[in-house]
Amino acid sequence: MSNCHDDASVGRAGSATTLTGVRQVALLGSPNVGKTTLFNALSGLRAKTANYPGVTVTRREAVVTVDHETVRVVDLPGTYSLTPISPDEQVVADALHGAIPGVGAPDGLAIVVDATSLERSLLLVGQVLRLGIPSLLVLTMVDEVAARGGAVNVERLGKALGIPVVSVVGHRGIGLDHLREMLVHPERWEQPVLSPPADSAGRAAWVRSIMASSVQTLDVDARTRRIDAVLLHPVAGAAVFIGVMLAFFQAIFALAAPVQGWIGTLFDWLGRGTADLIPGFFGRFLAEGIIGGVGGVLVFLPQILLLFFILALLEKVGYLARAAFLADRVMGRFGMEGRSFVSILSSFACAVPGIMSTRTIPSERRRIATMMAAPLMTCSARLPVFTLLISTFVPNRAVLGPLRAQGLVLFGLYALGAVSGLVYALILSVTKLRHTGVPFMMELPPYRRPTARDVLYGMYDGAASFVKKAGTVILVTSAVLWLLLQVPVSSPPPGLTNAQQSSYKMERSIAGRVGKGLGPVFSPLGFDWRTNVAVIGSLSAREVFVSTLALTTASNSEASLPETLRGLKDANGRTIYDPQTVAAVLIFFVYALQCLSTIAVLRRETNSWWWPSVAFTSMFAMAYAGALLARLVVGWWV
Amino acid sequence: MTLADARVKDWVDIVGMAKDADGRSTRLEDLGFLVGTSVRVDRRAALGDPTIYELRGTRIALRKADAALIEVTAASAPPTR
Repeated sequence: MSNCHDDASVGRAGSATTLTGVRQVALLGSPNVGKTTLFNALSGLRAKTANYPGVTVTRREAVVTVDHETVRVVDLPGTYSLTPISPDEQVVADALHGAIPGVGAPDGLAIVVDATSLERSLLLVGQVLRLGIPSLLVLTMVDEVAARGGAVNVERLGKALGIPVVSVVGHRGIGLDHLREMLVHPERWEQPVLSPPADSAGRAAWVRSIMASSVQTLDVDARTRRIDAVLLHPVAGAAVFIGVMLAFFQAIFALAAPVQGWIGTLFDWLGRGTADLIPGFFGRFLAEGIIGGVGGVLVFLPQILLLFFILALLEKVGYLARAAFLADRVMGRFGMEGRSFVSILSSFACAVPGIMSTRTIPSERRRIATMMAAPLMTCSARLPVFTLLISTFVPNRAVLGPLRAQGLVLFGLYALGAVSGLVYALILSVTKLRHTGVPFMMELPPYRRPTARDVLYGMYDGAASFVKKAGTVILVTSAVLWLLLQVPVSSPPPGLTNAQQSSYKMERSIAGRVGKGLGPVFSPLGFDWRTNVAVIGSLSAREVFVSTLALTTASNSEASLPETLRGLKDANGRTIYDPQTVAAVLIFFVYALQCLSTIAVLRRETNSWWWPSVAFTSMFAMAYAGALLARLVVGWWV
Repeated sequence: MTLADARVKDWVDIVGMAKDADGRSTRLEDLGFLVGTSVRVDRRAALGDPTIYELRGTRIALRKADAALIEVTAASAPPTR
């Protein structure tokens, strides 16, 4: 078996028993076999979640106890084979060999198999049995086999395989008690006398003999075929696809917006209260740096929860695979694949979950192309920047029928980002990314009614990892940036308003000086020092551009910011936010990778600094060149 | 003929697998595309690629370039179940 992971040098770390004194059983199986449902049912949702070292594949573990006997049950990522081609599958291979530091090799393997696709799964079972680790077969969906007119003789199947077989219906809890009793004693499991064959012809014959012994096979689910006749139809399927995507967007933006407003109001109120309660510098740090930062993270949460809820629902129903099937040809033209579509779509809410969801793409080439395109999709944090500038500076006049100038400009920015991202992925995949020879293959699982628990868990899992990954970065950067904007404290001359005082102080702070120092860099784009400071501030999250600009321009509040911006003049009395500069700022934000969370997630998911560095510098170059070009074009026009 | 050439709704039997250097054929075998397996071509995506194949009770989508590694012959009749 190939084992090219970084941790391979660690070698076999010994059995889990020796590490903790508690035996470990790993749940292993292909995607879509009900493994997560089974784990959720076994753990009763009292699972511990962590990451495997070095990779962002989630590691879930639960303790199962029967009659004072205890075993740790570990949920491994889904895999079709023990010859790994994706990070998920690499984790499985490493875990089975005890090559994951601090985890240890499992004492037993519970191979989870969907009875409706037993014939295919037996190939994986055969590979696993060759490892010589005590194994047990968990058969799910036996009820579905019976409903479709097939039959599995569990007892004979166990005899043919030479290992214990337990049949369960995970979401109804049937067979779980028996499975728990089995799980705590992996040393008692009967093991096969002979290893299954490894060569192609031998494997095929072995599967045939097992199937013949105990299974009355069934055809592909007729209901699934009927649904697919509509959902994958060239016309009807495309219409449903577009409808689902529109509903997805509508839900994410329209449903989340009011809740985001409430969270913003709540944290403004908390911040003001804290500043009143604790006077002085420290109170303001708590109010603006910390509470403001927490609010800045939580304001994304309604959208992220909805995003993961819809994605989990579509995935568990089986529609995500269909969407990927329909989108594959188009995405393939740009060096990506069908599954990339879901990542790209998520990136319109936030690139962080978009990039995290690329883990299911087996081909490294297509995965990296997708990750690199994701930050160019117009995420929801860019929206406040665009809305501020468009509503302040673009006249709301009708252009063509019901189309208005403001809406067209916003649509144009979205389209520009999306098209640029696709072209960017294409250019990368033909220049920088090596062909890795991983086939495009995707299973289309039968349509199934998901359990509420599985969908809610999927939502929770995604949102929790977002808060952990993006949340910490946003919080820390917003606190640091607040300090940089305040230190060193200078005393403004008398006679200034409060807003003017804070602007005066900010101009002399570290961030203000950096903003002024960046003058020569950004002045060709028409940015002044106040804009530069806001651009630096937006590195924590792009929307911070708006609140920072309100501070540096001495605007009394964000509400009066449009008025302040229109009247903003430089030392020579020239209007700073003329049409050319507005266009330059908009285009700059379409392209620039102004988001430390995205950079951090790129770093983790690619396990290198190379790709985030390439992304940051190339996107900055595109932003700068694009902004210059926008100045020129708008200059001719106006 | 390769699996990529098989027509929609046809049943074919796998008779060979091109051995490519980069391991694609190994993965196809792990998915169940082994010599002797009956495969039904279910449907193609609107733009002609990828195609859904039914085998061993599952449905799997492959692109033309990958399906072309799999050598098949027309099956005389659908497999008896």
